[in-house]
Amino acid sequence: MTPTRRDLNDTIDAAIEAGLDQLAVEAPSGLADRTLVAVGLAEAYAPIETVIGTIWVAFNGLGVSAVEAAESSQAFEAHMHAEHGRPAHRLEALPPRLAGAIQRRLAGDRRVQIPLDLRGHSSFETDVWMKALEIPRGEVRPYGWIASEIGRPKAVRAVGTALGHNPVPLIVPCHRVVRSDGMLGQYSLGGPANKRALLASEGLDPDGMEGLARAGIRYVGSDTTHVYCLPTCHNAKRITDRHRVLFRSAAAGISAGYHACQHCRPVAAAA
Amino acid sequence: MDVATRSETADGTPADLRPALAANLDAAFPAFVEAEMSRIYGVALRLTGQPADAEDLAQDTLVRAYRALATWEPARIREFNVRPWLASIVVNLARNRARARLSRPTTVSLVDELAHAGIALHETPHGRLERREAAEAWAARLLALPERYRAPLVLRHVDGLSYDEIGQALERPAGTVKAQVHRGIALLRLALDAEAGAGFAPSSTRPSPTVRQEAAR
Repeated sequence: MTPTRRDLNDTIDAAIEAGLDQLAVEAPSGLADRTLVAVGLAEAYAPIETVIGTIWVAFNGLGVSAVEAAESSQAFEAHMHAEHGRPAHRLEALPPRLAGAIQRRLAGDRRVQIPLDLRGHSSFETDVWMKALEIPRGEVRPYGWIASEIGRPKAVRAVGTALGHNPVPLIVPCHRVVRSDGMLGQYSLGGPANKRALLASEGLDPDGMEGLARAGIRYVGSDTTHVYCLPTCHNAKRITDRHRVLFRSAAAGISAGYHACQHCRPVAAAA
Repeated sequence: MDVATRSETADGTPADLRPALAANLDAAFPAFVEAEMSRIYGVALRLTGQPADAEDLAQDTLVRAYRALATWEPARIREFNVRPWLASIVVNLARNRARARLSRPTTVSLVDELAHAGIALHETPHGRLERREAAEAWAARLLALPERYRAPLVLRHVDGLSYDEIGQALERPAGTVKAQVHRGIALLRLALDAEAGAGFAPSSTRPSPTVRQEAAR
């Protein structure tokens, strides 16, 4: 019996279906890693060069999650795993847009937005870090200033602890926060020498700052404007030697008839 | 890898990961990705024909799935129809992207840049299967079909969904899906006839004249 056109079509259709059944594929295995990074269940990371040497930056789809001074990529991965329990995947370099944003931020451009992944941290810590973000390049503020500005004037020590736990130093510039007596204090990203180097790179004179602090000077005023400032405030830097007045306390400034600067808000640091 | 063993039961059938997702989404999601990504990628690849687009689509699909699941009550997660739901996401994303590509350039997000930043890791070449000529030819014939026939065929043969499940994914009655699958097969038969008549196999994704005529009806 010769096959009918219909039989022939059925045979061809079966061949077509068999052909289509071959079209399943395996996903490229990098897809899983990229997906988990995108949703924030894994990190991608790469080194960047800074004035204090090689620093490791980790990020995921939610934002930058870690900035660390580690000896090696292995040491950084171990740190990430201990901190978050999430795998970290090494990149050759950061995505160009993120790398550019970080460089601009380090150069002092505070308009550039860098998303941060601060999951798992308390609102107090987050408040402290967001406040530190407001400190301009080339200026410093005491711990007590942050405490007052976030409405927790008595929490000076807790502010210090929170800054020590800052997961994204450099981006959140905790190096711009100093002890209330004006000494530079500790730094979590590789130690106090790095803090000095960073502040120097931002145009400050760490030795001069500590000299002033040792002499008990906390504030600087202008006898023309009768405004007093924190010593590194950009308004204080504009005061000429002839008109500069030094104060050991805010009270001393106020009793001399001086007003607090609107920019650095030294009153908040008086606590 | 222990993720793979956790996503399959002893007899090789996929494990039901929904209870684990409902209990702890973040802990269970990596196994879910491992279990589902190849089917999603396969669907995306056969819908678009472009490996790079398919990877983006598959990643977007899984990211959307995660974000949706993160907002669902555990009871809903335990009961959702995993594969039709994922299929609906990838088909819709592919459709939207094809439309968007016609009208405007795509914007690049930080996450999109990941693909270009070198998370290559253990990247394998895009599959041996794909290089096989026969499969390539079938993929090309499929790509030449109009989307309304291609999508049901891809979901049936690449994703392995039932007519009911395809109906859920495409929001069409199962009967319509069945008719579209049969129609799609008939169009492929015509394409084969045309190739046999012309004496060569298709080397590109351009529809043969016969198929284009059929599609226009």
